[in-house]
Amino acid sequence: MIAAGIDCGAKSTKTVILKDGKIIGKGKVLTGFDLDKSINESVAAACRAAGIAEKDIERRGGTGSGKDSIKGAVIINDIKAMARAAHFYSPGARTAVDVGAEEGRAAQIDEQGHPVDFAINEKCAAGAGAFIEAMSRALETPLEEMGPLALKSDNEIPMNAQCAIFAESEVVGLIHANTEKKDISKAIHDAIAGRVVSMVRRVGANEEVVVMGGVAYNPAFIKAMQTQLNIDKVHIPDDPEFGAAVGAAIAAGEQL
Amino acid sequence: MPEDKKEFWRWAESNWKNPDLNWEDANIITVGVDVGSVSSQAVIMGDGKMLAYGNMRTGSESPKSAVNAFNFALDALIDMPEDRMDYCVGTGYGRVNVPFADRPITEIACHARGANFIYGPEVRTVLDVGGQDIKVIQCDEKGKVTNFLMNDKCAAGTGRGMEVLADLLGVSINEVGERSFKVKEEPRAVSSTCVVYAKSEATGLLRKGWTTEEVLASYCRAMAERIYALIERVGVVPRFAVTGGMAKNRGVIDRLMPMVGLERMTTTWDTQIAGAMGAALFGYALCQKGKGRKK
Repeated sequence: MIAAGIDCGAKSTKTVILKDGKIIGKGKVLTGFDLDKSINESVAAACRAAGIAEKDIERRGGTGSGKDSIKGAVIINDIKAMARAAHFYSPGARTAVDVGAEEGRAAQIDEQGHPVDFAINEKCAAGAGAFIEAMSRALETPLEEMGPLALKSDNEIPMNAQCAIFAESEVVGLIHANTEKKDISKAIHDAIAGRVVSMVRRVGANEEVVVMGGVAYNPAFIKAMQTQLNIDKVHIPDDPEFGAAVGAAIAAGEQL
Repeated sequence: MPEDKKEFWRWAESNWKNPDLNWEDANIITVGVDVGSVSSQAVIMGDGKMLAYGNMRTGSESPKSAVNAFNFALDALIDMPEDRMDYCVGTGYGRVNVPFADRPITEIACHARGANFIYGPEVRTVLDVGGQDIKVIQCDEKGKVTNFLMNDKCAAGTGRGMEVLADLLGVSINEVGERSFKVKEEPRAVSSTCVVYAKSEATGLLRKGWTTEEVLASYCRAMAERIYALIERVGVVPRFAVTGGMAKNRGVIDRLMPMVGLERMTTTWDTQIAGAMGAALFGYALCQKGKGRKK
């Protein structure tokens, strides 16, 4: 059985093709103004990668902030998609975390990959990828260099500001005070990890944690999260940003 | 912020001298300095009456900003020597960084006291919207704080949030209020709370064909709703007064007042100096009680 999972997110739209429980193709495009176009392009890209025709897709599952625009798809809510994906990547996982461009989520899951409890932040950039993006502009450092830069620092500088807008002014202040960029970058990652960890703690994190979403690519964020959670078993799947799409494909397949 | 870019958020700095009073006639001269996150003010008072003030943007260092604001106010007076000052109170976010201050007093107390001076003893609820925080303060007829609530963790509804939008839309911050009313129909409020997301939402609305004025109206309404949510939690006791920079923005305040259901009190004073006024008045009260600077 071939199922497609489509995750139409705030920043990018991802599609995963799943054949009998195995990922055979992935496609990602930036979410443009025209959601239909972004969705079609991402599905087409995933089909090309999988070497199948679009008509071969038997089930479609749609998730993400733009899920209502995905035609012909079963709507899978974000928490369910994230929980299924965490279970798929690591059956021992009891906590799933997804940190995207504009939202962060954490869920406690059972042995079957069903969500038991969850917490969402969708209102504030301080706990989402947008925070690091805004800070990379203030620090005049490319986004992908932010994490590696922070890893070079062992210093702890507390950030007073929680809000991304105020934190930007604070970063400018730190630059004026001749603080090294690597130290500022570490402070930024410690701050966002702190916000995500407090959300994770609300649902509980005692055993294995799977972290997904684009922010999971960032090694400094993961390191800071690991330190603050004081937990060894933090599992990052390959291509963590496809997590929700994988979960949507699995959930759509279940409904056959 | 690159210097070559036009700075739409930049509001006018100003200083003023009272033409009816002479500092040489004053017995006790007190100074209040309010170093905020975005703006800094210094007020010079003679026997509890306004002599002069200066209002300017806060720089990257608090102590320097305090000195600059004080010098700006002194410039207005022209000939008063700096050491003529009998007592100085620092307030605001950078209150402990005022190098020449005799003591710091919190901005909550100072704003209530300053609002009492500006608007008179009937003020019972003071809304202060500054660069970085929103305060709702209830006070008695002497300007003494009886209850307050503050939001200082989030830029939504603050002056800084408005500056970010003014910059995004390329509209001078002084024109935001007027232009936000130049719409055929009042649009819905921007749905994002976070300023970072509201920025993306505003860009999206412009792409959809909304006019700049409609986006301004939508954003001002969202800010008014955000501020009202805080006011609602404290409750409103008439009469109601607004201080801080946002009091000058009709776009937000005129949308807020129908939600509050009251008329706001009016003044010809610069609403940004309320905190510094309160600080100078506290200094005067301390001197009168003999608790002033030991000579």
